[in-house]
Amino acid sequence: MKPPPFEYHAPRDLGEALRILAGVRGKVLAGGQSLIPLLNMRLMAPEHLIDINRIESLATIETTPRGVTVGALARHSEVEHSGAHPLLGQALRLVAHPVIRNRGTVVGSLVHADPAAELPAVLAVLNGSVRLARDGAAAGDAPLVRDVGAAEFFTGPLESAVRPDELAVSAFFPALPARTGTAFREVARRHGDYALAGVCAVVTLDDDLRVGSARVACVGVGPVPITVDVTSECDGRPAATVDWAAVTRAVREATEPEGDIHATAAYRLRLVGVLAGQALSEAAREAAAD
Amino acid sequence: MTTRLFGEPVQRREDPRLLTGQGRYLDDLGADALAVAFVRSPHAHARVRDIDVTAALDVEGLIAVYTWEDLPERVGRPLPLLIPHPALTHGRTAYPLAREIVRHVGEPVVMVVATDRYLAEDACALIEVDYEPLKPVVGLEEAAHGAQLVHEDVPGNVGAHLVQEVTSAAGLGAAEAVEAAPHRLSFRLDIERSASMPLEGRGVLARWDGSDLRVYSSTQTSTSVRMAIAAALGLPLPHVEVIAPDVGGGFGVKIVHPWPEEILVPWAAMLLGREVKWTEDRREHFVSSAHERGQVQHVTVGFDDEGRVLGLDVSILHDHGAYTPYGIIVPIITSTQLLGPYRIGAYRVEFSAIYTNTVQVTPYRGAGRPQGVFCMERTMDKIARYLGRDRTEVRAVNFIGPDEFPYDQKMTFQDGRPLIYDSGDYPEMLRMLKELIGWDDFRRAPGRGIGIGCYVEGTGVGPYEGGHVQVTSDGRVHVSTGLTSQGQGHETVFAQIAATELGVPIERVSVVTGDTRRFGYAVGTFASRAAVMSGNAIALACRKVRAKALRIAADALEADPADLEIADGLVRVLGAPSASIPLSTVAVLANPLRYAFDDEAARATQFAGAASPDRPPVAEGDEPGLEGRDYYSPIRSTFASGMHAAIVETDPDTAEIRVVRYAVVHDCGRLINPMIVEGQIHGGVAQGIGGALYERMVYDGHGQLLNASFMDFLMPYATEVPHVETAHLETPSPLNPLGIKGAGEAGVIPVSAVIASAIEDAEGIEIDRMPISPSELFELRH
Repeated sequence: MKPPPFEYHAPRDLGEALRILAGVRGKVLAGGQSLIPLLNMRLMAPEHLIDINRIESLATIETTPRGVTVGALARHSEVEHSGAHPLLGQALRLVAHPVIRNRGTVVGSLVHADPAAELPAVLAVLNGSVRLARDGAAAGDAPLVRDVGAAEFFTGPLESAVRPDELAVSAFFPALPARTGTAFREVARRHGDYALAGVCAVVTLDDDLRVGSARVACVGVGPVPITVDVTSECDGRPAATVDWAAVTRAVREATEPEGDIHATAAYRLRLVGVLAGQALSEAAREAAAD
Repeated sequence: MTTRLFGEPVQRREDPRLLTGQGRYLDDLGADALAVAFVRSPHAHARVRDIDVTAALDVEGLIAVYTWEDLPERVGRPLPLLIPHPALTHGRTAYPLAREIVRHVGEPVVMVVATDRYLAEDACALIEVDYEPLKPVVGLEEAAHGAQLVHEDVPGNVGAHLVQEVTSAAGLGAAEAVEAAPHRLSFRLDIERSASMPLEGRGVLARWDGSDLRVYSSTQTSTSVRMAIAAALGLPLPHVEVIAPDVGGGFGVKIVHPWPEEILVPWAAMLLGREVKWTEDRREHFVSSAHERGQVQHVTVGFDDEGRVLGLDVSILHDHGAYTPYGIIVPIITSTQLLGPYRIGAYRVEFSAIYTNTVQVTPYRGAGRPQGVFCMERTMDKIARYLGRDRTEVRAVNFIGPDEFPYDQKMTFQDGRPLIYDSGDYPEMLRMLKELIGWDDFRRAPGRGIGIGCYVEGTGVGPYEGGHVQVTSDGRVHVSTGLTSQGQGHETVFAQIAATELGVPIERVSVVTGDTRRFGYAVGTFASRAAVMSGNAIALACRKVRAKALRIAADALEADPADLEIADGLVRVLGAPSASIPLSTVAVLANPLRYAFDDEAARATQFAGAASPDRPPVAEGDEPGLEGRDYYSPIRSTFASGMHAAIVETDPDTAEIRVVRYAVVHDCGRLINPMIVEGQIHGGVAQGIGGALYERMVYDGHGQLLNASFMDFLMPYATEVPHVETAHLETPSPLNPLGIKGAGEAGVIPVSAVIASAIEDAEGIEIDRMPISPSELFELRH
């Protein structure tokens, strides 16, 4: 379990990192919590490794009334403890263990795009986006950037919209409107494991405390985070009178879980419904208290 | 006043070293050694047609590449079958490197030596092995049908078949007793594979200086590894030394020896004249070491209205994997220890050890007992359920009484000796357990259940262990024993024994284990035997030292030895404490000297003393020095016992299973150190929780292990292990001087049975297969 040979790059600033990415085919190393095991098991053999850990300008968490922008080097634990976004906080407490959260990065987790991971679901349910940069030498000096919305960002299991010459420099998680509650529920085999299934929910109530919008994103039950808008199933009712069974039926119908060595597809389908009900009602309660 | 440390919860003396990173494990040694990596079979069953190493030869830092063809005759022989048995008619072991056929994924095929492990792995990746895939034999029952063979010359894939039968008092066989019983039940039980999974994998470091070979191995038996290496490499035994450094857990897998690497690494070191090291990585450990537990059991039981078992007939299919290097110890233990604390009318047990194209099976903590206990305890629960009786009542009616010891189960145990229980008090233990968990007050509810499991564990198997104790002239006591340590706390408990026996402060006692330079005769650390075997041997050696110390001190103090005691490192005249002599001085006087290398030594030189001119300085039959060596060799095993109970809650929606409380009553005879015993129990229960709720080896139809990493092989974290409540019962063993019984495996043994019992109680669904996951419980509900 030693990695195959690779050339190691340690750029000092973003421009240098992008220039390297423009010139070679490699993998970006940030927290390394997925990449290093993949290298050690020789499941991946990149010729170049671009270590961005020295680029301090990426280690940022910026909060504005619009939302929170998490830089590529912000660690899970920093974001978790920053209180920058309630749903991010709820999700991050479910990500692995503190030692892993001290190294792993939020943006790295998004780019890794594991369909069983929590953070892609958070980005998806919030309609957030990822900012991708590439070398701008050809067009001038400034890096060329594009923002990709969550719906387009996750393209398949462990696949994202990041192109080989691009670096994901930040992720944007929109702020929550007033009278909005969130919740993240999941079932994992062990504390901190990838979930067998999980659901995060965002519920916004209107001025009369009726459900104005309700969305969930589900993990572990499809190739990418499965986002389901259940606003219409809530039928504009007060949260207390919503038929959650009908709502969770809609969620189940939108997912396509597969079986594996840890759980059958039928069990996962059951779980996603149960968890959606729990997450939505909890989010609705929280919204009412907001 | 005596130095009374036996029985005290003395803090583990090894912990400051081990917990602050000062431990020296195998991979901490030999920083400049050449590194070994192996090309291992990716196929479960295949013929090796050709090995092309050409591409690897260009790797910078490559030193050597070896295949079976390169091995000298002695080295290339099949590995030894360690424990032959007449019933093991078709025992098979692997070659150190595959010869023609590979029989499981992970079998070593090519050995690569390079300047570091990275380069060795690079070279491995470039070696092309041409395999002709053969049809794999996977799945215990499929293998037992024998349509495909793991070994061409083993018909039906049956390595061994053994029947043991004990007739009833009335002379009925088990089948007849079942037939004659008022009630009968038949059922099938399944237990899946798991593995020892020590935190530190295996590893070997070898150094050859032209005449002497020193080997470090992460092993549970350095003495036997030494003999195996000397035999395989044709070296005189005095020129081979083997040391077990700090070992990060064994749990059974490291008692197997010699591993291929334990022969190949020293052989390469001799050939290359360089230090050579192999450190197993986790992936190798999953597919190249050993697993255990997999069995299918068919049970028929006959019983009366009270639940008394009149006849029990058990047929076991035991998955032995591809080879049988450790013989059939595991299914023998299952067969015999299945009986637990019970008096069974008539008992017949039959097992077939079946070859499959999977990793070989050798003992893992518990070593067949968890399966046997699962069988018997499921049987007890089913009888209780059938009769509508309390599960503890059914057990109690079958208990061997406290006045029935020694109790002869009339079977042959794993040590080849009669299965005779030496002591115990099962009714009292059950009373204590019911009180501890609150059995009679438990409020059952849907999704909330209580379970119980009882076991008897034969511990401290022979043939022997030894101890050497030396008091040096600085007053320090040096204890050595040949068996090895893997974190159990031997440095503490053996020091407690020596300090108590010799009357010295524990701070003056040091303990060395597993180093053949210090003690050459030993068996090893397994089968909950270290405390029983080496503990008693060390106590006996201490008693020799004590007798000699008293004799020498009596001369010096002009007193009768019978009037002397040793306390706080002083030999004193009873009732006259001012008349004393330090043990350090006794040590000086015990060694007649010519040369005074320091002031203390001067007291023992030829012109210093009042030694009689008419006697030789060292009397006939005596030896110089204050030291003693003795051995303990028991007539048979001593039988510890325990009973566990658990309360579990199951989630009605998600089928998650939560262990709310876990209670253990445990009897390992006299306790040397209750804190260490509790630690052993906690660790055992943790492994038991793993076996009950999390761990399995998932092989697909091609013989590929699908979960060969800690991401998918689910060992429980601290968050999954319940708080363990313990109580001790002490029924001393009459078989050994210290009255102790083994405790190492106890915690793990009944856990699957207990958890199954509790889930069954909570759910009202019979649980006949372990482990069980939420997904499986969900499927059982629907």
